[in-house]
Amino acid sequence: MDNLLSITTFIPAIAAVILALFLRGDDEAAQKNAKWAALFATSATFVVSLFILFGFDPNDTGFQFVEEGEWILGLNYKMGVDGISVLFVMLTTFIMPLVILASWEITHRVKEYMIAFLLLETLMLGVFMALDLVLFYLFFEAGLIPMFLIIGIWGGKERIYASFKFFLYTFLGSVLMLVAMVGMYVDAGTTDIEQLMSHQFGTETFSLLGVQIVGGVQTLMWLAFFASFAVKMPMWPVHTWLPDAHVQAPTAGSVVLAAILLKMGGYGFLRFSLPMFPVGSDVMGPLVLWLSAIAIVYTSLVALVQEDMKKLIAYSSVAHMGFVTMGIFAANQQGIDGAIFQMISHGFISGALFLCVGVIYDRMHTRDIDAYGGLVNRMPAYALIFMLFTMANVGLPGTSGFVGEFLTLMAVFQVNTWVAAVAATGVILSAGYALWLYRRVVMGDLIKESLKTITDMSRRERAIFAPLVVATILFGVYPAPILDIIGPSVAALVGNYETALAAAEAANQLASN
Amino acid sequence: MIQADLNVILPEIALAVYAMAALIFAVYTSKDKLAPMLVWLSAAVMAGVAAYIGLFGQGTNIAFGGMFVDDAFSRFAKVVILLSAAAVLVMSQEYMTKRDLLRFEYPVLIVLATVGMMMMVSAGDLMALYMGLELQSLSLYVVASLRRDSAKSTEAGLKYFVLGALSSGLLLYGASLVYGYSGTTLFSGIIQTATQEEISLGMLFGLIFVISGLAFKVSAVPFHMWTPDVYEGSPTPVTAFFATAPKVAAMGLFARVLHDAFGGAVPDWSQVVALLSVLSMFLGAIAAIGQTNIKRLMAYSSIAHMGYALMGLAAGTAFGVQAMLVYMAIYVTMNIGTFAFILMMERDGQPVTNISSLNMYSKREPGKALAMLVLLFSLAGVPPMLGFFGKFYVLRAAYEADLIWLAVAGVVASVIGAFYYLRIVFYMYFGDDTGDELETGNSPVLWGFLMGSAAIMVLGIVNMFGVEGVAEAAATVLVN
Repeated sequence: MDNLLSITTFIPAIAAVILALFLRGDDEAAQKNAKWAALFATSATFVVSLFILFGFDPNDTGFQFVEEGEWILGLNYKMGVDGISVLFVMLTTFIMPLVILASWEITHRVKEYMIAFLLLETLMLGVFMALDLVLFYLFFEAGLIPMFLIIGIWGGKERIYASFKFFLYTFLGSVLMLVAMVGMYVDAGTTDIEQLMSHQFGTETFSLLGVQIVGGVQTLMWLAFFASFAVKMPMWPVHTWLPDAHVQAPTAGSVVLAAILLKMGGYGFLRFSLPMFPVGSDVMGPLVLWLSAIAIVYTSLVALVQEDMKKLIAYSSVAHMGFVTMGIFAANQQGIDGAIFQMISHGFISGALFLCVGVIYDRMHTRDIDAYGGLVNRMPAYALIFMLFTMANVGLPGTSGFVGEFLTLMAVFQVNTWVAAVAATGVILSAGYALWLYRRVVMGDLIKESLKTITDMSRRERAIFAPLVVATILFGVYPAPILDIIGPSVAALVGNYETALAAAEAANQLASN
Repeated sequence: MIQADLNVILPEIALAVYAMAALIFAVYTSKDKLAPMLVWLSAAVMAGVAAYIGLFGQGTNIAFGGMFVDDAFSRFAKVVILLSAAAVLVMSQEYMTKRDLLRFEYPVLIVLATVGMMMMVSAGDLMALYMGLELQSLSLYVVASLRRDSAKSTEAGLKYFVLGALSSGLLLYGASLVYGYSGTTLFSGIIQTATQEEISLGMLFGLIFVISGLAFKVSAVPFHMWTPDVYEGSPTPVTAFFATAPKVAAMGLFARVLHDAFGGAVPDWSQVVALLSVLSMFLGAIAAIGQTNIKRLMAYSSIAHMGYALMGLAAGTAFGVQAMLVYMAIYVTMNIGTFAFILMMERDGQPVTNISSLNMYSKREPGKALAMLVLLFSLAGVPPMLGFFGKFYVLRAAYEADLIWLAVAGVVASVIGAFYYLRIVFYMYFGDDTGDELETGNSPVLWGFLMGSAAIMVLGIVNMFGVEGVAEAAATVLVN
C-alpha cells in the first residue's frame, strides 16, 4: 500500500466526520452508538498501524513509507516514518482505544466527546508522521483545539481557567516556532524536513541589540523551537500549565495529555533541534541539562506535598520528562535511546496512573488523597495494579520505567557528572512521593465511612489495564524490541550531529586563521 | 479612441447605469415594495459583472490616458469586492425586511459604493483615486445612518462622515503636495520623480499624508477611532458590508498607490506601513478583550486583521502584495460567515449583539455552533483553518523583506488576539446554562453563508481553488 500512513492518520478523522454528520439525537442508543463507533475506529487504526510496524525495516535509517504530493501555497504534503517516529505512532494508536474504553461511563454530550478524541488522534498521528514543516506545524497546533474543548467542556470545576491557560501558553510557545519555520523556509527555500536536515543553517556569531549570539542564526532558531517544545514537554520553569490542565481534564484527557501530547515536545527536539541546529544545540545544551536537573529535583519535591492525586502525578510527569530532555541533550547514543525509551514507557505508566486515579474518581468523585485510605481491603485487584504502576513510576528494575532512567543517567554521566548526580537524587525523591501516595491511598485500615461500599474494578476496567501491564513488564524485562527499532536511526542521528559539529568547528577554525 | 476607453470601463459603466435605472424605476413605481426584489437583482447583477470580469478580463488595458488601469491586480480586487458586496446584499434582505429598514435606496447605494470601489482599485491617477474614494464614501455615509429613528445609527453616520471628511482632507492635502513636487497627478508620472536617488522632502510629506488618508479608510491604528462606533451603530447588514468590500477596496488602493506611484521609494514608506501594521495588530488584539458587544469586537478584530494585511504590504515586494491579496480574500470569506451568524442572533424578534447571550449556544444548535467555532479559530489564525495560511503567507513576506521584528510582533499579537475569540467559544461551549435562549431563526440564506464560509475554511486547506495563482499574477502585474 502506497499511502498506509495517510490511511492510518485519517481513519479516526473520517470516523469523526461520519459521527458528526449521521449520528442524530442524544438518547441512550445514540450514545452507545457513538461509543462503539469510536472504539471501532480507534481499534481499526491500531490494527492498520500494525502493518506499519511489521513493514518497518529498522536497519534503514532513512524515512520509510514516504508519501509525497503537492499541496496549497507551493507547499508539499509529505509523510513518512523513521526509527524515531514509528514507535510514537504505535504508542498513539495503542493508547487511543484504551482511552475510549476508559470514557465508557461518560454521559454528557457523548457524541461531541468522541468526535473530539477521534480528531485529536488524527492530529497526533499527523505530528509524528509529517515530513513537511508546515504540515507538522498544522498538526502540532491543531491538536490544541480538541484538547481545549475536552478540558473546557468535560473538565472539572476550574476547567475554564485551565483550558485557557493550556491554550494560550502552548500557543504562545508555538508561534515563535512558526516564525523560525518561516525563517527556515526563506533560508533553505524548502519546507521538506528531509532536505532541511541536510541544510546548513548559518552559525556565524553576530550581535543583536548588543548581545553576542554565539552560534548565530542556529541558536536563535533553536531558541524559537525550544520555546515551543519546552512548553509542550513541559520543562521547568514553563511547566505550570500542566498541573492545571491535568487536574481539570477528564480522566481520558489526562491520559492522552500525559501519554502522547507531552511526547510531541521530545519528538520535536529529536526531529528538529538536534539534526537541524546542531551548533545551536551544542551551545544551549548545558543550559537544558541543568534545567532538566532542576526540573527533576524541584518538581519531585513539589509532588511530595500535593494533596490532589492528579496534581501529584502531573508533577511526577514533569520530573520524568526532565530525564527525557536530559537524555536528548546529552546527545549520545545511550542518552537518546534512553530518552525515547523513557517517553514510550512513560506513555504506558503515566497513562495507567491517571487511569488508576480515574477508577476511584469515578466511584468517589474526589481526587483528594485524604479522602482515601485502606482501599486494599475492598479493592485487592486495584491495589495490585496500582502498586505495579507505582513501582514502574519509581523506576524499579524489571519495569520499563527503569530502563529509560538508567540509560539517560548513564549518558549524562559521560557528559556532565554534576548534572547526573543531581538528577539521580530525583530517583530517590520519586520513590518518596510515589510510595507515600500509595501508602496513603491504598494501605492501612479502611476507616472512612464513605469507602465501606466501594467496589473493585469491573471487567471493563481490568481489560483496559491488561495491555498496559503487559507492556510495562515486557519492556522492563526485555527492552530489546524497542531499542532494536530505534537504535539504527538514533545512531545515524548522533553520527550526523557529531559530523555537523565537527564541520562547524573546522569552519570556525578556518575563519579565525 | 474614446470607444476603446469606454470598452475598458464597461463593467463600471454597466453597474452605474444599472444603479441609475434602478433608482429611477423605483422612484416612479411602487417604491419600497420593490426593495426585496431590487436587492436580489442588484446582487445578481454584481455577481454577473464579477463573472464577466473574472472570465473575460485579459491583459493590461489603460484608459483615459492612464487615469484608469484595468489589469490582473484590479480584476482580482474587483471580483472579491463584487462577490462580497453581492453576498452581503443577499444576507441583509431578510434582516432588513423584518425590521422595516429595507428601502429601495439601500441596494442602489450599495451598488454605487461598489462602483466607487472598482474605480479605486483601478485608479491610475490621483484625481481618479479621489473620485472613486468619494463615490464610495458618500454612499457609505448614507447607509451607515440608514436607521433614521435610532440615535446610535445617526451618530454612526455623522461620525463616519466627519472623520471621513477629515481623512479625505488629509489625502487631498497630500495629493496636492505630491502634485506640486512632481508636476503631475498620474501615477506613471509620479513614479518618475519618486524613483530619483533622493525623494524630495515635500514629496515625502505628500506621501505621508496620502498614507494617513488611506490608513483611515482601512481603519489602521492610529486612524481607527471611528471603526468601533460606526460598526456598533450601523444596522448589522451595513456593518457586515463595512467589514468586507470597502476594506478590500481600500487595501487594493493602498497597494496601488504605494507601488504604482511610489514603487521607487519602497524604503521610505515600508517603515511607515510596518508601524501602522504593528500598532493595528496590537491595538486590535488588546482593545477587543474587554468588549461585550460582538459588533464592536468584530470592529477591533478587523483592525487587527488589517494590521496583518498591511504586514504583507510593508514587505514592499511582489510576494508581499500577493500575500496581502490572499489574506484579504480569506479575511472577507471569514467575515461574511461570521456576520451571517451575527445577523441571525436575535431574541423575541429583536437583534441581540451581546456576547454573553451566546451562553451554551452549542447545546441547542450544535451545527451552527460548530461552524462558528471553525470561523473563530480561523479568525484567530489557528491551524488547520485557512486563516492560518493567510497569516503564514504574510509572515513569510515580512520575513523575506527582513522585517523579522514585525513577524515576531505579529505572532505575539495573534496570541493575545486568540484570547477574545476563545472567549466566544467559551460562551458557546463552556458557559453555564442561564435559560435565556438565543434564537437564531432558520433563514436558509444566512445558514447557507455561515456553513459555506466555514466549509471553505476547512476544505480550503486541501485546495485553495486557484486563488494563490491568480493572486500571484495580480501581484506581478503591480510590482515589476
